[in-house]
Amino acid sequence: MGQEDSKILEVRDLNVTIEGQLVLENLSFSLQRGEVMTILGPNGAGKTMLLRALLGAVPYEGQVSWQKGLEIGYVPQRLPYIRNIPLSVADFFALRTDVSTDVREMLQAVGLEAGTENKLISDFSSGQFQRILIAWALAKNPDVLLFDEPTTGVDVGGEETVYSLLTRLQRERNLTMVLITHDLAVVHRLSSVVLCLNKQLVCMGHPLATLTPENLRRLYGTEVKFYQHHHGH
Amino acid sequence: MQNLSLSLISGIAIGGTAAYLGCLMLSRRMALVAGPLGHLSLPGIALALIWGIDVSIGAFPFVIIGVILIWLLEMKTRLPMEALTAVVFASGVAIAFLFLPMGQAETALVGDISQANLSGTAITVLASLAIVWILKKTYPRMILGNISEELAAAEGFDTRPYNFIYLFLVAVIVALGVKMVGGLLTAALVAIPPSAARNLARNLRQYILWSVVIGAGSALLGIVLSQITGYPAGPLVILVSTLVFLCSLPFSR
Repeated sequence: MGQEDSKILEVRDLNVTIEGQLVLENLSFSLQRGEVMTILGPNGAGKTMLLRALLGAVPYEGQVSWQKGLEIGYVPQRLPYIRNIPLSVADFFALRTDVSTDVREMLQAVGLEAGTENKLISDFSSGQFQRILIAWALAKNPDVLLFDEPTTGVDVGGEETVYSLLTRLQRERNLTMVLITHDLAVVHRLSSVVLCLNKQLVCMGHPLATLTPENLRRLYGTEVKFYQHHHGH
Repeated sequence: MQNLSLSLISGIAIGGTAAYLGCLMLSRRMALVAGPLGHLSLPGIALALIWGIDVSIGAFPFVIIGVILIWLLEMKTRLPMEALTAVVFASGVAIAFLFLPMGQAETALVGDISQANLSGTAITVLASLAIVWILKKTYPRMILGNISEELAAAEGFDTRPYNFIYLFLVAVIVALGVKMVGGLLTAALVAIPPSAARNLARNLRQYILWSVVIGAGSALLGIVLSQITGYPAGPLVILVSTLVFLCSLPFSR
């Protein structure tokens, strides 16, 4: 296969404007099949907005072209409204009309025990809920997984397993992944490409070569301890 | 006696359908939109009372204008819905009081279902059935869109047409609801039954079922109580559902 065949995403001159403010500016990059790309950047850098643009959930200018016929799974950072109504895990899976999945099998694949499907979504811890969201995204057997901040709300013990889960899933399913993260360790351990974003593309490439002190300074403006960064968006 | 059975049929149809739709409204903090919409319908109700036509028909154009306003404002500005509704719809109440016949103020404010006639009841039942049918068709996508526009986008559908259908159905149910509970109490019709049902249910099916039963049951009991006590039915319907809500609280987790 040539280089062009394995390219599954091409983004060219992407601009996103929200309420008159430019939140993403002239962004261009591409993604190869099987790659794991992490998106790194300070708060308000437009990381989530980039994922939304890739999904087509927000109006944009420029070009976002996915390879034809791709299935895209999305794991959101959180779903504040889902706890407003009594939704069991099985109900949540039944909301999608395009797949007939064995819910139990999907839940087992992400390490949740049998019987989980009848419990209410609101009864789960945020770490467990994230697994449910991963299972939900995997249910239609996607080629690509977009993941907004896997670490959110997961304790240190649990965090490790969400990452080993992602590593395993990536290996087993030859998934292409795009992950937003604040965690440099995750960038190094998981990704083959890192995209440093602060409204514009700051730097991009293999983590070891890209995340130089100089580039990190450019990304965060000052020498902040980014790995202790708190996010409030 | 015929009048009572027509009121009961109308009331049960309105109460049950509003409760069904309310299940959806609760999933996106929008239950209270029905309140301001009801307020906005007051000038229409006032006109209907002056002209002697069905209050739902008078209210309908006004709530449709309200819904289009909400939709446009939400799409263009993304301002919090509460702020928009407070500003725009309080004016509905103000305008209504400029020409509302004071002798019929009670009917406009808290409804009068005892005046149900055959054609009005037929319209109510047919409109309710249509709402239920459309809701059944669109429920999964409506809920998914309410939960997350991004998940909907990943599923490959645009939430905007669904938002519009949803607001249109809210407009219809508010126009029907003013007949039973008037312009002031419509929010309670859609908000209270699902709130009580949420405390009792363990999954989506139970939630919808409980909500519809509580909504329809409160209408039935409220209208019967109104016959016995002579108080207007609208407030009694709302108070019965409030009582059910209070009884459901110990089951809330």
